[in-house]
Amino acid sequence: MTHSSSPRTPNFGAIPGLAERATPEFSLALFRRMALTRAFETRARQAQADQDVRTLIYLCLGEEAISAGISMHAEGAWVLGQHRGHGTYLSFGGNMERLIDELLGMPSGCSSGMGGSPPIHDMEKGIVGHSGLIGDQVPVAVGMAMAGEARKVVTFFGDGAAEEDYVLASLGTAASRKLPILFVCEDNDLSVLTPTRDRRGWDLAQVARGFGLEAVDIADDPWLVAHWAETLMVRLPALINVRTCRDVWHVGIGSDGAPEWNRFDLVREKLAALGLGEQAARIEAEARDLVEAKWQERLRIRSAS
Amino acid sequence: MARTVADTIRELTRAHIADNNGVVMGQCLSAVGWVQNTVPAQAEGMVELPMTDVAGAGFAVGMALTGRRPIFVLRFQSFLWLNASPLVNYAAKSKSMFGYGCPVFVRAIAAEGSGTGPVHSHSFHSIFMHAPELPVAAPMTPGEYESVWDHFITHDDPVLVSEHRASYKTERELPDIIREDAVLTVFAMGSARFTALQAVERLAAQGIACNLIHLVWLKPFAPSPQALAALRACGRGLVVDATYQTCGAARSIAYDLMEASGIMVHAIGLEDRSPGAYPHLENPTPSPERIIAKVAEMVT
Ligand SMILES: Cc1ncc(C[n+]2csc(CCOP(=O)(O)OP(=O)(O)O)c2C)c(N)n1
Ligand SMILES: [Mg+2]
Repeated sequence: MTHSSSPRTPNFGAIPGLAERATPEFSLALFRRMALTRAFETRARQAQADQDVRTLIYLCLGEEAISAGISMHAEGAWVLGQHRGHGTYLSFGGNMERLIDELLGMPSGCSSGMGGSPPIHDMEKGIVGHSGLIGDQVPVAVGMAMAGEARKVVTFFGDGAAEEDYVLASLGTAASRKLPILFVCEDNDLSVLTPTRDRRGWDLAQVARGFGLEAVDIADDPWLVAHWAETLMVRLPALINVRTCRDVWHVGIGSDGAPEWNRFDLVREKLAALGLGEQAARIEAEARDLVEAKWQERLRIRSAS
Repeated sequence: MARTVADTIRELTRAHIADNNGVVMGQCLSAVGWVQNTVPAQAEGMVELPMTDVAGAGFAVGMALTGRRPIFVLRFQSFLWLNASPLVNYAAKSKSMFGYGCPVFVRAIAAEGSGTGPVHSHSFHSIFMHAPELPVAAPMTPGEYESVWDHFITHDDPVLVSEHRASYKTERELPDIIREDAVLTVFAMGSARFTALQAVERLAAQGIACNLIHLVWLKPFAPSPQALAALRACGRGLVVDATYQTCGAARSIAYDLMEASGIMVHAIGLEDRSPGAYPHLENPTPSPERIIAKVAEMVT
């Protein structure tokens, strides 16, 4: 893979040879997280189509690589996801049953059916809930980083949320106080349906650098995301802006056609080129089976109650 | 063709841009259906704001000071919690502090149900009625919307307009119902007007005659002489609103009515708990059933 200078391309910021240098165990573990999110979101989409899920859901199909990559090097951190956070929750080890139960509106859900996607959380794993106001989690994450614990903080937010006053103020405060926090912008170039160019003319990574944060701007190649997570988690505070593609609608399950690039397919191809194609296919099948079994179980429990 | 509330808002906006050098400001205006079809599908006069939910209201205030009379659109009223300060501390106080007006027309849109959940649900006009010098209205019909707009365009105050998606398809006006045999007068605001109307109709079918007075201007609040006469004649009042009951518009207006009439007036609003996304956890606009139960309790 060669470096591309155009931000909305799958090779933006590429570092040649990263995937090749990774161990097969690492590459497959990374892919396992992506595959789990992919399988989950695909099944959740079906569940809404079947009207088993009757609340608003924000799917991260197409964006799976970001949380998968970051989570490979953020063990033990506090994690604050955004409203589109199923992938963050699952990649950081959140309990799948409680997520399904939440989407099904069951009392055993993460938030007992109060909020559907946004407030999912798993405090045992350090995954903190989201209020539903975009970017709200970012100053909260900075506050957690201010507490003086040894524990690091990772917070995710969208390119739209990046514009919120309080998100920018959070970047400045983290930089001023040298707080142990990693900011990750999941940049799908859309706020609902409004593209970034219609909303602002500045660039988040540059702004972060202006505040004094170390910052990189890259595409969502999972090896690249993991590489920067590993590099920056020991040089906090820092920001990673990750260019990615949302496959489905802002909310719900519809689609407006093919994404600008299909990261999941690109990763499959790369794994095949590394000679890991068969193992990858098995991982995908296992993820699908696991997710299907869990959904069936939770649906049975719901209909029995 | 009959005009809905949504058509009315859209056409007023179109004319404001064309005739008054007016402007409409908000987030994601052009995306997904032009804000439920309440914004004209055009680029002219349209300011797409970044997702800056605190500074956004400040931008609108600045625009107002230059005479553009911005229509500031909030797709969910919950964003008012973030946008409140420029509206309450600058726009509303501008005349008292500086001597010049700051006419921003704030279109705060309420939604509920269908999974809107703990943060995005509900109207919040009560908190703005609390702030001094900020007129607050909740028009729910085409004619009411036009009259609120006329007020805005002929004055130099800001106006906080508490809209509700439930009104957008409304074509007809909602006249007061005043009956000689009434045993109770219901005063209703915002989306509670639709449920109160159903309640009053069902009560009438059960032989319990009630007056229904629709409130459009919530602040300043000035009950009409006819409304006060109706309240005095029946001797019982109930105010129904779709904001939280505690410290809310319904209780505040009930108090004003009691002072003006000497009659006991009760109030109901939303229950004091966060609404959930799933239907069994919602905290809806007081339902016809809830209003009927309250009336029954008061008249027996
Ligand atoms: C404070 C606030 N303002 C506006 C919204 C409405 N809103 C919900 S999601 C969304 C899009 C956010 O875009 P982005 O942050 O890029 O995340 P994405 O949905 O693209 O993942 C908006 C504007 C909100 N929920 N909260
Ligand atoms: Mg986005």
